[in-house]
Amino acid sequence: MKDKGKVVALFLIASEAFFFIALLISYIYYRNATEHPDTVAPYLSVKQASVLTGCLLVSSFTLMWSKSVLRKSKLRNFKIGMAITILLASIFIAGQVKEYVDLYEKQITLNKDIFGSIFFTLTGFHGLHVILGIISMSMLFAMSFSKFKIVTHAGINGVEVYWHFVDGVWLFIFFYVYITPLL
Amino acid sequence: MSLNLNIPEPKQKLPNPGTDTGRLSWISSVDHKQIGILYLLMSLFFFILGGIEAMVIRAQLSVPESGLISPELYSQIFTMHGTTMIFLVLMPALIGLGVYFLPLMIGANEMAFPRLNAFSFWITCFGGLLLYFSFFAGGAPAAGWFSYAPLSERPYSTTVGIDYYILGLTLTGIGSIGAGLNFIVTVLTLRTEQMKLNMLPLFVWMVFINSFLIIGALPLLNSGLFMLFIDRQLDAHFFLPSTGGSALVWQHIFWSFGHPEVYILILPAFGIISEVIPVFSRKPIFGYSFVAVSSIAIALLSFGVWMHHMFAIGMSNTVNAFFGASSLLIGVPTGVKVINWIATLYKGSIRFNVAMLFCLLFLINFTIGGLSGISFALVPIDWQLTDTYYVVAHIHYVFLGGTAFAIFAGIYYWFPKITGKFLSEKLGKWHVWLFVTGFNMTFLLQHLLGILGMPRRVYTYFSDLPYGTLLNSIATLGAVLMFIAVAIFLWNLYISIKKGDPSPADPWNAWTLEWATTSPPTLKNFQELPPVHSRRPLWDLKHPENKDKRLN
Repeated sequence: MKDKGKVVALFLIASEAFFFIALLISYIYYRNATEHPDTVAPYLSVKQASVLTGCLLVSSFTLMWSKSVLRKSKLRNFKIGMAITILLASIFIAGQVKEYVDLYEKQITLNKDIFGSIFFTLTGFHGLHVILGIISMSMLFAMSFSKFKIVTHAGINGVEVYWHFVDGVWLFIFFYVYITPLL
Repeated sequence: MSLNLNIPEPKQKLPNPGTDTGRLSWISSVDHKQIGILYLLMSLFFFILGGIEAMVIRAQLSVPESGLISPELYSQIFTMHGTTMIFLVLMPALIGLGVYFLPLMIGANEMAFPRLNAFSFWITCFGGLLLYFSFFAGGAPAAGWFSYAPLSERPYSTTVGIDYYILGLTLTGIGSIGAGLNFIVTVLTLRTEQMKLNMLPLFVWMVFINSFLIIGALPLLNSGLFMLFIDRQLDAHFFLPSTGGSALVWQHIFWSFGHPEVYILILPAFGIISEVIPVFSRKPIFGYSFVAVSSIAIALLSFGVWMHHMFAIGMSNTVNAFFGASSLLIGVPTGVKVINWIATLYKGSIRFNVAMLFCLLFLINFTIGGLSGISFALVPIDWQLTDTYYVVAHIHYVFLGGTAFAIFAGIYYWFPKITGKFLSEKLGKWHVWLFVTGFNMTFLLQHLLGILGMPRRVYTYFSDLPYGTLLNSIATLGAVLMFIAVAIFLWNLYISIKKGDPSPADPWNAWTLEWATTSPPTLKNFQELPPVHSRRPLWDLKHPENKDKRLN
């Protein structure tokens, strides 16, 4: 437990978890305890969201693979793995942007009603965390081309923990926002 | 002045802010001692501002229907007073003492993440300044320190005050989370090798446990603040019942943060008390493991009591009973601690200097605050007394008579270490006795005012309130005494830094590692560390014939 970066990442995600728990519980409360019908769920494309979920999940595994080959000092494989991971994460963000645009064209916006508010806030904050993950992974990726490869070695553990967390949060959001309205 | 600053040698003293590069090197510093001092100075600055606001409140309430300030301004002043004292005075003061002494007490030379440490301080500081900027931007927030929705929503609070409140608290919240993460990792990774977790000084232990509360509670506040901000700025509907939202969600989110926050403010204070009382009674703390474990119990229970702030909203009897019971339960580990401290005093050789006096007065005042807190766990009493001055008296007994007294004790105790000079005991005694007299004049009587039915947060009262004029004027007089006491304290700080008696490395004949280095410490804390085999390494060093039980 002497890797400070990993320890702080573990406690940071614990802290972030409380943030998302508050948002998720609010979502569940508004869905179950208010009389308003859910106006967003009927317009969501579960198929598209499932593909994006797949992208995020696979990206977690490619990141794990990248880390393991980095340990064995196979820098070329590491770069390939990181490129795939960043690409998959970017596909997720692109998909989310497309989803937002589609909803906007159907006049579903943040200020339409309570479900618009909570949907965009919840998925938006998650998207923000994905973007932060992309930025930090890109930094490690870029560093691995430079003289400062040591930074990549030092940062990979913390970034990996964070990325798995972002993934895990999405699974909860996917379940509550996309799947439960179908049940 | 060249742009390249010389990096000081580790054996040098802290840079002098009076010199040419000194000021810049304080602003850009990542040294935990400098940042700790900056935290304390920031806390002092806002303490003066918050104190002036308190004086305005007391002046307004000194006579019935006084009309000194308008109702609008009164709402802004009491909101800013509460917000300032909690987020910009007590938290930074406790975090500042933690940042300064936590590495010293575990034998480390730095925090785990020095730059995160500097970031935490500056973002907290700018958060506070942003909050105060609201006065110049069209009016301070005026919805109370907990900004209940829908009052804090745009239709009801039309000025930008609430927006500044949201942004300011978000920034200070992020700063606190950064500090909390830093504390946890520092304790876990940077302890001197011989120090096991069960040998931590209690102040370190309390800050450590407290950090878990910080990283758990502050994100809840942040999510609530973001939702409120989106409501106000982007026309969302989270807390507006008219369009499908729910004002109760704000209350739940706020108090699920707010109650752990209460313990965030008191746990490090317990830590200070647990350091000072043993040293000045010349006895080891009674029941170290009880004190340590009961703080874990407090930390866990504190996340399960928040609805006792909300009994008045009309929940079911089951919910009321559950949260009433859990609120009674959390009194138990707190009571255990008080008994531990009293048992430490028992048969001790007590030295009555200012730090110790503050601790003893802490014990009395905090217990009064704890007892009035227990009365709120009883639902019918809560219904009767909610939103009256009884609540005001209670929070001031735990925050001012509790946390602030402990911080004063800590400052009198550690000032020789921070500056190398003693604080004047004579001025200190004036400070402590004037303060505690004024404090009890102001707040003991407010229990009565609350029972007699004076509502809090109302800008005035009428002369038909029974004993209202008498009790309120005594309260104002008490506030004046406290104001004078704080002025004496400030003078004491100033004159002691200038002309105080120089302090040796270990002025109190204490036991923990921060006293093993010079006063004040050089940039590198320790040139060499004494061996650590028990909870009192310096005691073992001084009394080789009567060592503590070896723990490693």
